[in-house]
Amino acid sequence: MSIPGEYYLILAALLFGLGAFGLVIRRNVLIMFMCVELMLNAANLTFVTFARMLHDIGGQAAVFFVLVVAAAEVVVGLGIVVSIFRRRSTAVADDISSMKG
Amino acid sequence: MSLLATATIKVPSIDYLAILPVLILIGGAVIIMTVTALIPGGLRRDATTGLSVTTAIAALLSALVEWHRVMVQGATTTIAHAIVMDGFSTFMAIAVTSCVVIASLIGHDYLKREDISSAEYHILALISAAGAVLMASANDLVVIFLALEILSIALYVLVAFNPRRGESGEAALKYFILGGFSSAVFVYGIALTYGATGTTNLTQIIDFLGQNTPQHAGLLYAGMGLLIVGFAFKVAAVPFHFWTPDVYQGAPSPVTGFMAAVAKIGGFAALLRVLLTAFGTQAATWQPIIYAVAVASLIVGALLMVVQRDVKRMMAYSSINHAGFILLGVEAATTKGVEAALYYLFVYAVMTLGVFGVISVVAAKGDEDTTILSYRGLLRRSPFLGACFVLLLLAQAGAPFTTGLFAKLGVLSAAVSVGSWPLALVAMLSAVISGFAYLRLTLLSVRPLGAPSDVDELDVDTAVSQPMHHLGATLLLEEEAPVDVAVRHVPSSPVALSGVAIATAFTVVFGLIPGPILSLAHAATLSLLG
Repeated sequence: MSIPGEYYLILAALLFGLGAFGLVIRRNVLIMFMCVELMLNAANLTFVTFARMLHDIGGQAAVFFVLVVAAAEVVVGLGIVVSIFRRRSTAVADDISSMKG
Repeated sequence: MSLLATATIKVPSIDYLAILPVLILIGGAVIIMTVTALIPGGLRRDATTGLSVTTAIAALLSALVEWHRVMVQGATTTIAHAIVMDGFSTFMAIAVTSCVVIASLIGHDYLKREDISSAEYHILALISAAGAVLMASANDLVVIFLALEILSIALYVLVAFNPRRGESGEAALKYFILGGFSSAVFVYGIALTYGATGTTNLTQIIDFLGQNTPQHAGLLYAGMGLLIVGFAFKVAAVPFHFWTPDVYQGAPSPVTGFMAAVAKIGGFAALLRVLLTAFGTQAATWQPIIYAVAVASLIVGALLMVVQRDVKRMMAYSSINHAGFILLGVEAATTKGVEAALYYLFVYAVMTLGVFGVISVVAAKGDEDTTILSYRGLLRRSPFLGACFVLLLLAQAGAPFTTGLFAKLGVLSAAVSVGSWPLALVAMLSAVISGFAYLRLTLLSVRPLGAPSDVDELDVDTAVSQPMHHLGATLLLEEEAPVDVAVRHVPSSPVALSGVAIATAFTVVFGLIPGPILSLAHAATLSLLG
């Protein structure tokens, strides 16, 4: 059985859109993180699909870089959330809004 | 077995000079990390600032050596064509490392005042700067992404590095979420570009687009659009500027200055290289996007700047406005335009660091006095600091005898010469509006201390005889100003003052003699566009 590459690209586009949509509508910071991860992995899926379609290893190699960066981002992000949580005991974005203007 | 014995692995050759500034910056950060563990508390702060400045100067010198080599031998690529060393990358390395010198000096007195003896500020600033330098010298979209993340992740932490500051955490969170979002968009843009061209290497993209009409033009355009969005986030261009005011306000003042300068240089460096070289043949497609972003940034930045009551928020909108000006040069997409954008980028970075240096000193302990009114009578309270502040603000507004004038003139004339005169007109209008905000702050600073509220006392006759005075009183919204707000003591901060003095001297000296930086920018542009 073979599945056309376009299907994977469409799936990746849907996942990316889902992540972006979730980031906009969800208010919990942890869920927002997950949405960013979803978007990054949608990009990874696109990379791998194109790499297979183009018979080129470069796209698959790029995925490793993205994975490493995503891990590094989460480490920093969770650190920031923990430091805020210590002060405020909340992880809801709407409650964290002392600055306006 | 015999097969294994004969197989050799080809390793890409590395020209270490091409990555020397990055190596020095990272190496300096590691050294500082080690040294802070060995030095007792009292000396630690002085030692780390000294080391940080030394590292930045060493990186600056190595960038100058690179410059010399590029001017003699021309541009080269190294590490399997992933890194390029040309006039453009070297110009950006010079700009970034100069900014790091000033930022380290400005940070020193902040750390002292807040009683922070650990060295996170210097370490993270050096690493972040290494990311910015790498962004300018990357010749592959994946390397640009990595460099962007080195720059950004260090900045996320830097924004939150003072745990006692409440707004910092909030600002860091906002920056992180929106930064993560923009990175994801950027990566997806790379993936689509890869799909359309079959490579992530910029040189190969140029070759591919030069020889073929892409079969999937939609894919290429989508990729290009997403890349522009990713960059627009980093350089704080409208409509991707939402994080800017909050993050600028919430971050510690020296960090805000560093971010405004270095993140903008890094973002614009990669934007210029990607759009003008890799996508140079597609200029007709991306120019309208840049045009729209530039108009929006100019207008939104200038209008919202005027209504701000907090000086850091005001400078945030000012930074958005300046991003619009730099985009003017990008949109022109000519040698003249790029040259003007490069010049603008360098001088803007230095003058904005100077302004944030003053803001950091005036904000005093706790970094809290950042309302516009706390600048009242600054010139009397602290003549040297006040004088620098006034000069830097005038430069931001584009006054004559400062670098700001040549920066604005350059991008405007580049825009007019390619027929984008409506854009130039919008830019001039926004310069007038933002000029009002700078002028208001300037007048507030030169105002005598403890002057009575003049608004009620002035009648028409005195208003005519003292037009400037009356204008000042109206501009300053004196009625809101309780007199005691302004009399807070400006803390003595000799090291930060030296940083501000360097920035001011740069702005004024190269405003009087614009030749050196202009010719530097010219050579860098020729090296990029050939």
